[in-house]
Amino acid sequence: MDLNINSTIEELISIFREVFDDEDLVISANTTAKDIDGWDSLANLRLMISIEKALGLRFSASEISSLENVGEMAQLILKKQANA
Amino acid sequence: MSNVFENLSWLPNPPPDFAQRLATASTGSDLRELAKYGVDENQLRRLSKKLQDFQSQHTDLAPLVATLMPVSIGIISNATTKLKTPTMVGTALRFGIALTVVEAEYNQIAQEAFSADSSFNGHQLSAILVAIDYRGLPLLPTPGDLVSAGKNVKDCLDYIHSVIESLRTKTGAQIILQNIVPPVEGLSGSYEGRLPGTLSWLCARLNFELDTLVADDTFIVDIAGLAANVGLANWHDPTLWNMAKLPFAQRYVPIYADYVCRILAARLGKSRRCLILDLDNTLWGGVIGDDGLEGILIGNGDATAEAHLHVQRTALELRDRGVVLAVSSKNEDATARLPFKQHPDMLLRENHIAVFQANWSDKASNIKAIAQTLSLGLESMVFLDDNPAERMQVRKELPEIAVPELPKDPALYVRTLIAAGYFEAITFSEEDRKRASFYQDNAKRAQILNSSSDMDSYLKSLEMEITLAPFDATGRARIAQLISKSNQFNLTTKRYSELDVKALEESSNYYTRQIRLKDTLGDNGMISVIICRKGSIAWEIDTWLMSCRVLGRRVEEAALFDIVNHAKEAGAIKLTGIYSPTDRNVIVKDHYRKLGFIKTSSDGGIETWEFDLTKYESSKVPMKFKYAL
Repeated sequence: MDLNINSTIEELISIFREVFDDEDLVISANTTAKDIDGWDSLANLRLMISIEKALGLRFSASEISSLENVGEMAQLILKKQANA
Repeated sequence: MSNVFENLSWLPNPPPDFAQRLATASTGSDLRELAKYGVDENQLRRLSKKLQDFQSQHTDLAPLVATLMPVSIGIISNATTKLKTPTMVGTALRFGIALTVVEAEYNQIAQEAFSADSSFNGHQLSAILVAIDYRGLPLLPTPGDLVSAGKNVKDCLDYIHSVIESLRTKTGAQIILQNIVPPVEGLSGSYEGRLPGTLSWLCARLNFELDTLVADDTFIVDIAGLAANVGLANWHDPTLWNMAKLPFAQRYVPIYADYVCRILAARLGKSRRCLILDLDNTLWGGVIGDDGLEGILIGNGDATAEAHLHVQRTALELRDRGVVLAVSSKNEDATARLPFKQHPDMLLRENHIAVFQANWSDKASNIKAIAQTLSLGLESMVFLDDNPAERMQVRKELPEIAVPELPKDPALYVRTLIAAGYFEAITFSEEDRKRASFYQDNAKRAQILNSSSDMDSYLKSLEMEITLAPFDATGRARIAQLISKSNQFNLTTKRYSELDVKALEESSNYYTRQIRLKDTLGDNGMISVIICRKGSIAWEIDTWLMSCRVLGRRVEEAALFDIVNHAKEAGAIKLTGIYSPTDRNVIVKDHYRKLGFIKTSSDGGIETWEFDLTKYESSKVPMKFKYAL
């Protein structure tokens, strides 16, 4: 289970780097919006839309607002991919 | 096939070193070249950041202006606009525009339009994009009640009209109005559109009326058409609207930006005017040199033949709207012409093609020859070729030419070509219909000139007739069109709207001329526009532009003759002319010198030239003068 979360987070790193325009950005399961410069509500929207596009998924408004950190984001993605 | 509009699939894929090239970009041209690739929103945002870095570093914008035209646009909307603006700036680079965006406060349309306080105050805006969607209008569905429905449409129109007129009066900016994308959900199913007073019915009526309501001075960006093209159910995204008031699915922002920028570019005269066609596997299936007349696929009854017939039919329709057609093919000339001459199912014939280049030289050289023969800049050209290698070669050699990427299936060539929007129009006049044949006549003249021994006898043989007249209502649309589209032979590149032109018709402070030229080979129509401000001592030449088709015919001297006569009669003693250099009008840098003006100053590149009227010596120009009243 941990292995899957980690590989999902690996996939997310390149998307984060594109959206926040920072090639050196690092993220972990505990990363929250407070940890990254410029991660405001609009950037969050951009991030979720980019993830939707890259992974072929769709998130609902309540799913997005329920996420506390990158780890929970990865878990949600895994759940959706399992149900696909 | 993934959606041609969503992916802007006519744009070539970015090269593997795109990120590197972006990092090391140092000029406006660099950015412009990078924006021509089909890159996503993140890259377009990076491009816009790079442009903004340049703009903040360069206190003197002259190096940027030489390759990029600065345009500032305000955006006013009932929906969130923040997630559109970086993409718009990145996209504008594709059209050679350095865009600055000023956003109005979110969902404050009435306040921004009507109150003295406005986010637009203090900004010199060239244009304002008014993006009100159906949720921002006072739409009131009254299903089955035709009278109330009609009144509601009128109320909405009045609202839109007062918003745009108030903005126009306050800022003087060009208004670009988005039309209304209807909602997806038709509650009564197939009956919805027929039932007066439903939301669908109201939106449809509204769009129809908008076309007639707005003055020619307001441009409409057909977002309703775009949404229909991609599919309303794809366009509308309720999740995004609920979360952040995003008016449509974010993946359509790049094509939305391209649609808006096309109109900005068209206003700057950057719409393309010439379509150069490859032959084998583009205008017909197969290779004429190998397959012969019996073997090429063109006509009805075969899927491939019909696909190519559609390409020919589209080329003809474009020609009817003023796009000049040319051919560039790797073939023996006689072989290439065979289908045009003899194949019964061809729609295109030789007399539709202004310049026919069929030889074994490389296509880039041929295209340069076509541009020269037509006196059109390379930026006016579009090149259609099924062969990816040829496309790449032409793009590399001639980056100014638009070369759309094409899918493998020829049935989709037309869709891709037209989706690219190269020929975006903001006006249409009778002369557009005739323009292609003007260019053909001109190409014939170029051939005669090549075989003439000297210029004078050539010009005399044309038996030219020049007609000079002040601006009037009949010429107004064409005058405004010339003013908005002329880039090369244009001394000051001032853009005036039809309303401005109308005001000049009625003003006694201005000398205005619309100039037409006819000769034995044909009527060129209106080919030059001149505007002079009448001062008591000096007449100032505000606008002097001419179609490049009539270069070398001494029309300039004839025009000067007329200006001088009238200026002297009015008691002036000199003429003042300004030359404002741009990246496209270097052709006129010696215009005033050749006419005998003297340069009196040069300020930041802008030159002032003067002509002493007492020293005028008229030269005998080989044409008959006519004055219409």
